[in-house]
Amino acid sequence: MADITVTVNGKAMRRSVPDHTLLSEFLRETLRLTGTHVGCDTSQCGACVVHVDGRAVKSCTTLAASVDGAAVTTIEGIASGSDLHPMQAAFNDHHGLQCGFCTPGMIMSGIDMVNRYKAEGRALTPDAIRHELEGNICRCTGYHNIVKAIEDAAGRMTSMATAAE
Amino acid sequence: MYDVHYHRPATLDDALNLLAGADDGKILSGGQTLLPTMKQHLAAPTDLVDVRRIPGMRGIKVEGGHLVIGAATTHAEVAGSAEVRQDIPSLASLASGIGDPAVRHMGTIGGSIANHDPAADYPSAVLALNGIVVTNRRQIAADDFFTGLFSTALEEGEIITAVRFAPPKRGAYAKFPNPASRYAMVGVYVADTASGVRVAVTGAGENGVFRHGALEAALGRSFTPAAVEGVATPAAGLLSDIHGDAAYRAHLVGVMAKRAVAAALG
Ligand code: FES
Ligand code: FES
Repeated sequence: MADITVTVNGKAMRRSVPDHTLLSEFLRETLRLTGTHVGCDTSQCGACVVHVDGRAVKSCTTLAASVDGAAVTTIEGIASGSDLHPMQAAFNDHHGLQCGFCTPGMIMSGIDMVNRYKAEGRALTPDAIRHELEGNICRCTGYHNIVKAIEDAAGRMTSMATAAE
Repeated sequence: MYDVHYHRPATLDDALNLLAGADDGKILSGGQTLLPTMKQHLAAPTDLVDVRRIPGMRGIKVEGGHLVIGAATTHAEVAGSAEVRQDIPSLASLASGIGDPAVRHMGTIGGSIANHDPAADYPSAVLALNGIVVTNRRQIAADDFFTGLFSTALEEGEIITAVRFAPPKRGAYAKFPNPASRYAMVGVYVADTASGVRVAVTGAGENGVFRHGALEAALGRSFTPAAVEGVATPAAGLLSDIHGDAAYRAHLVGVMAKRAVAAALG
């Protein structure tokens, strides 16, 4: 068994799980945070994307034991109270989802790419968004509205950051 | 996945002791290949030794004009490194095209080359740039490192700690990704180095990454896309699968080499 101490969505916690537990299993089965989805379980679809220390990773391809000491953020941890995160709001406004299965991963990947491009001062063009979504598969939407939502959210996230300064 | 004992040693010595004491120990670096392999029960190590938090295993430095990349440095870190972009932009660009963004946050250079998947990108960089694989015991020249499909010169109890690269005069990597998996069906890294032009091909060889002598000779005479045109790539020894047969891959080698040379000339 592995004793792990992690901060999940801002809350510190300690759990003991078998060494082979995947981060996706730890989140969904141990912590009952079922917003993180498992689509393929083979590192292809991106439904399971969460942030570990601020970076998007595939939780189905990460051992829970290996994130000991880290901060994990899931789809459940990005809204502030009843205020949706700008990425969530943009997916809603642009109809960036149909069945919603891929959406948690899309949103976590979307936030990650906006943050990275902002940090590097690069423009997140629709073309760049499509390339960045290489590891996220959606079976419903055809991607157009997902790309629009991320593009819009990138603007909202930038202006939020500016407003906060 | 079968049960496994996970260890996260703080020092290289501890890692070596853990590996020596395990029935079937494996090094875990990024896990982006190893964990999926374990899930499919194609690998069932008894112990995983996570080397990512060993001091000195991660990070990029410039030493005597060489880039030294710690074995546990992620693809995203290599792609985003100011030093790599400055000294070997083709290497930064190769790293930025491996897998997808989430995989690049976890996968590492040491893991990639130790595994020597025939469709992996990094082996072509190490071979074309005449890199040196640094382990806890020795320094291994790229030409001696890759010994066959999924096999390398690494011995029992040997751990890659870093890879050293001398910046080439110019270089570029061009790959033709499989439209579905995005793995390289053929990737060609062309580098104009201090010891001449070196061309390494990944994705295509039955024995993994290989150097292309005929292309090296032609490009040594004239480093131009046109020089590639006269060089035939034999299909013998190339992979044939449902995605493309050996003749198709042989043709792609020429196309990718041409694109790489054009990119290297900027
Ligand atoms: S469930 Fe992790 S990538 Fe599909
Ligand atoms: S909305 Fe159904 S899979 Fe994307």
